[in-house]
Amino acid sequence: MRKLVKLVAIAALAAGLSTAAHAEDPFIIVQSTTSTQNSGLLDHILPMFKKKTGIEVRVVAVGTGQAIKNAANGDGDVLLVHAKPAEEKFIAEGGGVKRFDVMYNDFVIVGPKSDPAKVAGSKDAAAALKKIAAAKALFASRGDDSGTHKAELKLWKDAGIDVKAASGEWYRSTGSGMGATLNTAAGMGAYALTDRATWISFQNKNDLQIAVEGDPMLFNQYGVILVNPEKHKHVKVKEGQQFIDWLIGVEGQNAIRSYMIDGQQLFFPNASAEGMKKAG
Amino acid sequence: MSDSGSILTLALSLVLSGDAELWSIIGLSLRVSLTAVLLACLIGLPLGAVLSVARFRGRGAVAALLNAFMGLPPVVVGLAVYLVLSRSGPLGVFGLLYTPAAMIIAQTILVTPLIAALARQSLADLHGEYDELFRSLGLSATEKVSALIWDGRYSLSTAALAGFGRAIAEVGAVIIVGGNIEHVTRVMTTTIALETSKGNLALAMALGIILILLALIVNAAVMALNRTARRLAYA
Repeated sequence: MRKLVKLVAIAALAAGLSTAAHAEDPFIIVQSTTSTQNSGLLDHILPMFKKKTGIEVRVVAVGTGQAIKNAANGDGDVLLVHAKPAEEKFIAEGGGVKRFDVMYNDFVIVGPKSDPAKVAGSKDAAAALKKIAAAKALFASRGDDSGTHKAELKLWKDAGIDVKAASGEWYRSTGSGMGATLNTAAGMGAYALTDRATWISFQNKNDLQIAVEGDPMLFNQYGVILVNPEKHKHVKVKEGQQFIDWLIGVEGQNAIRSYMIDGQQLFFPNASAEGMKKAG
Repeated sequence: MSDSGSILTLALSLVLSGDAELWSIIGLSLRVSLTAVLLACLIGLPLGAVLSVARFRGRGAVAALLNAFMGLPPVVVGLAVYLVLSRSGPLGVFGLLYTPAAMIIAQTILVTPLIAALARQSLADLHGEYDELFRSLGLSATEKVSALIWDGRYSLSTAALAGFGRAIAEVGAVIIVGGNIEHVTRVMTTTIALETSKGNLALAMALGIILILLALIVNAAVMALNRTARRLAYA
């Protein structure tokens, strides 16, 4: 009986650990942001890439800040995020090889239907934020060093408002992802900044609606970078570069363009002609 | 917001539909957590048994430490394992980050103190009863430990189940070291977190109900096994 218990334990352990080691198809790890995953974009385009190349793309979707740190540690082959200054800093510090524009969408400010700050329909983000601050209307911030959070902080700075001083009062820093922050905003009837793709695909809008959109300041650019193989020897240069070339090439750009929810295009490809030619 | 009736219906239809994706996620959850519990038992049960038998200075302090570690925060364990397994970390060369193996390691660390502490307590009680018998037989320490583990196996199975409950329910550690990668490291709890962040609250809750059912089935299976074993033993 005791021997039987031991045997069963060993067999179960072997079964549990076995697949951890078995040989797999070629794959790369992409450090990316929640907006590309939660919006469903990656589920739409990655199967096309896999079908063409046989390369599986494993996506770790976190905030841009964390994605860049993970990539700097070498825990990924490719970085796909949306915070250009932080991306350029990442390359300057030797973390990545070269940055390519991939696509853009825009940020929107969403808020409750009751619109306590009277900003609905505005096309001026800075003016709207000033009004929200003046009315002390609730505002839910990501507060997690993500691309969206960085963009939000820049907008507050442009509006000349010190949100740190208001934190805990009308300014609520959730310290969580886009979806969690939208859930919080929906729950407390707060305004929030979100990328449009996440907003369109978000399913718990409650009485939130778009309040401010169309300001050029709300432009949201995504870039892709190969993690520097000189710094991290294990980076899969060939497969990673293949993915980047595909993404900024004609096929990848068309794949991005073709992703729609309810007839709305979520991301707008804008890789440079240089990138298109190189990959084409 | 969906009402509880429609959430239950959704949970039921998800299970009955035989959705391949859902089943692979359930399978990975079970594989990771059961393997972690098994490893934790291999370390924790002997450790708890030794501590229940051994007499040495600082024994109380070790027991207190073990009891405190029962409450290790999953997110801290996840972060620590990430730092060790990261390509920039000491064990980075093995490329274990973002694999089920990394998740098993994190959950093993999380669960071992719990199983060891519970084992120490219940075997210490048992040792109190057996002490004189052990003396009269003149058993070695190793023999004592293995006798205690064997005779205390039914209460130890409860310790293992407590460990399983902690492992299958945690999200903080596996989401950091696994990365919640679809088809690779996505388990029940990380799926629930993802669906919540997408605002699919009804789906997230339905998955939660399935997870609870899963825990119930595992517990019932172990209880049934115990009962059968007891019956066979006394037959």
